[in-house]
Amino acid sequence: MKPKDFDMPDADVAWCPGCGNLAILRSLKTALAELEIPPQDLVFVSGIGQAGKLPHYIKGNVFNGLHGRSLSPATGIKAVNPELTVIDVSGDGCMYGEGGNHFIHTIRRNPNITNLVHNNMVYGLTKGQASPTSQKNFNTPLQVDGVFLEPFNPLAVAIALDASFVARAFSGNRKQTIEILKAAIKHKGYALVDIFQPCVTFNKVNTRNWFKEHTYYLEDDHDPSDRNLAFRRATETEEYPLGIFYTNPNKRTFEENLNVYYEDKTPLFQRKVNIQKIKALMETKR
Amino acid sequence: MGFLSEKEDISLVLCGEAGQGIQTVEAILAQAIKQSGYHIFSTKEYMSRVRGGQNSTEIRVSSHRVASYVNRIDILLALSSGAIKHLKDRISDDTLIIGDPEHLKTVKEEGLLGKITQNTDNFIEIPLMETAQDIGGLIFTNVIAAGFISRILNIPKEIFDGLISDMFTRKGSQILENDLKAGEAGYRIGHELMESKSELIQISLSGQSKVRDELLINGTDAIGFGCLAGNCKFMSSYPMTPSTPLQRFLAGNAHEFELVYEQAEDEIAAINIALGASYAGARSIVATSGSGFALMEEAVGLAGMIETPLVIYIAQRPGPAVGLPTRTSQEDLNLALYSGPGEFPRIIFAPGKLEDAFILTQKAFNLAEKYQIPVFVLSDQYFVDCYYNLPSLPLEDVKNEDYLVKTTPEYQRYLITHDGITPRGIPGYGDGLVVVDSDEHDEEGHITENLNIRTKMVDKRLKKIKQIKKDAISPELVGPEDYQELVVGWGSTYWPIREALENILESDKEKKISFLHMKQLYPFHKSVVEYLERAEDVIIFENNAQGQLANLIKLETGLEIQEKVLKYNGMPFSVEEVEENLKKFMGLENDDTLSVREVSS
Repeated sequence: MKPKDFDMPDADVAWCPGCGNLAILRSLKTALAELEIPPQDLVFVSGIGQAGKLPHYIKGNVFNGLHGRSLSPATGIKAVNPELTVIDVSGDGCMYGEGGNHFIHTIRRNPNITNLVHNNMVYGLTKGQASPTSQKNFNTPLQVDGVFLEPFNPLAVAIALDASFVARAFSGNRKQTIEILKAAIKHKGYALVDIFQPCVTFNKVNTRNWFKEHTYYLEDDHDPSDRNLAFRRATETEEYPLGIFYTNPNKRTFEENLNVYYEDKTPLFQRKVNIQKIKALMETKR
Repeated sequence: MGFLSEKEDISLVLCGEAGQGIQTVEAILAQAIKQSGYHIFSTKEYMSRVRGGQNSTEIRVSSHRVASYVNRIDILLALSSGAIKHLKDRISDDTLIIGDPEHLKTVKEEGLLGKITQNTDNFIEIPLMETAQDIGGLIFTNVIAAGFISRILNIPKEIFDGLISDMFTRKGSQILENDLKAGEAGYRIGHELMESKSELIQISLSGQSKVRDELLINGTDAIGFGCLAGNCKFMSSYPMTPSTPLQRFLAGNAHEFELVYEQAEDEIAAINIALGASYAGARSIVATSGSGFALMEEAVGLAGMIETPLVIYIAQRPGPAVGLPTRTSQEDLNLALYSGPGEFPRIIFAPGKLEDAFILTQKAFNLAEKYQIPVFVLSDQYFVDCYYNLPSLPLEDVKNEDYLVKTTPEYQRYLITHDGITPRGIPGYGDGLVVVDSDEHDEEGHITENLNIRTKMVDKRLKKIKQIKKDAISPELVGPEDYQELVVGWGSTYWPIREALENILESDKEKKISFLHMKQLYPFHKSVVEYLERAEDVIIFENNAQGQLANLIKLETGLEIQEKVLKYNGMPFSVEEVEENLKKFMGLENDDTLSVREVSS
């Protein structure tokens, strides 16, 4: 397959020229093409925000739901039809702010889905307010005294919860991002990829160059099975490491834990009512 | 004086503290009564606590069918010191009060006895606690009490022992042996009492063998069976009284019926997970109550926008906010009706009898699929906790249409059709793509801000209402067709109103009064306005303070119901209460109250 197999030629893209989302979209198409996953088998799930619009610009099934809630329908979809590849596309505000509780509990639930979080440290769609990952002293029309809340550290939270796959990418590095995305999608279990991206319109601090200067890749010999090490690396904030921090491939997924699939892999929508069984249950109430 | 001797319908109330095992007594007695061929109804009222407080269960034992709560107490079994005080407003001179000396002591000491009832002959002490200690501890008190009551009700001992064995065998032979002994002791105490006070206790119930084979279920069971029959494959919910029993029903039957139950982190996640499941093709439901549903509201709008089926079960309790967690109400009709931003179609059911709970819940799943909309099933604490026997549920009438289509490459999820209904595809079934969006969207499902498409999509969604109305469920009329006066009710008030009305009609068969029970609250069946227009006077009973259905009727039909009986203290209407209000309404008794009656007892 080719990246262009995922093109949506008629899509009216609402992102600014130079937006990090455009690079992420290109990387995602390449990753999916290299993984040979046809659009019919893919479901992109998103909430609301600039990142949440991505599913409209790529070929696949789409559930573009409510702000902050995307992980919930993604979980439901995968549970009902585990044969689908489910990719949740969200942003830092949607996932870590509005959706914070779902973020925590979806990691605990461990559905076999990929969770991409476009992280530009600012709200784009609502025009430039602080996001949960905005850095301290970041000035906005609402945070007039600058941000004084501690920035949310999604990787540290995910590793603390023993998320089964935790990585960070930077939209400006196409090659490495494609590899990280492929590893995340192939991974069995919940996979978080926090993707640094510049917002060319509303974040004049954390620019493309800023990200280049403040990031580096984890060493080749980084051991992603070492959770304590991964946690420590996730807390580095002078310069931000990129790459795959942590993986735990031994966790059972949510779908694997569902009794309905123990013996029978048929998706739920293909299973019918068994009136005789209902009758038998009713008999026990006589 | 034999006050029970003529009775073929006995109201027995068990009252004690949470944690004392009243539910065990209830479970044993309910089965024992039915197996003896008597008709049975039971309802409980309880506090929101795991230990202490005062909880009571009313069991009606009768020679004829019974299905509603009565205020009167014929036999009160007091299992705690606070029981009599808790129920003093329902105790009369005809109430036989039975309890351990220890539990009756405080009432005597405080001199309450004479105030509650003049008839001290009806005050009977039995050595429950002493006997329990002899057997092995106070834990056996409840089974002794159950045995005692069974003896008074003339329930064959072998039926009772069989039930004790069913219930306690799995707990080991020692426990079973002691519980059988406890039952035996209860029977003995009952027998001695009947010998010594034969003038007091003579029960003339007549059993019928066919009752033994009937179903004995509660509102939750009926709705649960409706879910199974509607091919429910997915429930995600968050525990909240009184919706939790349905969650337990589906979770408990998940293996056998190949469905998924998932306890979500909150109600917001619950409904969004369920919508994802439904989008992927599984018939899905969420169960909740007032405040929990308030959290779900945002996603009700999502269901409306993405035209994804969902059944929403709201077991009502008094609000606002946390309100009275374990009590009953009909306060959330407006909440269901107006939930979610924007305009989109919905259906609201409110069953009042067990057959309807089964049928309407099963239909809810089909109609949700057919019209791709949220469908509500409203129940309440009273309804979900009521048990009574009935011959069967109409399982043979169950029909499930399959509304899913296999997609083609040209598939468009929101293709505009003549009736607003687009055949529904799901991801991974066919060669097409299924795109749904909470933003306004085009026929393919992609985000749009084209205002012409916007108008077309609103029209598309609302056009479905025309068809939905054609499928509306007719209200049920009880009583003569040529009525002059009409009583209106909805949901769980069905049986109390019906029994009260039948009592009135029995005493005067010429009375032209009937009862219209509404089980579909939105949209109305077309006959609703006709029924109302035919009446000269209309009275409505609702378990809320503002007459929410009366207001909706006015909005939908232009007809104003003048007489409203509104009760919102958390308790259901009793038959006596309805009867009294109906007699005033009919001019059979003097009435100098206002047209809106607020019932507080």
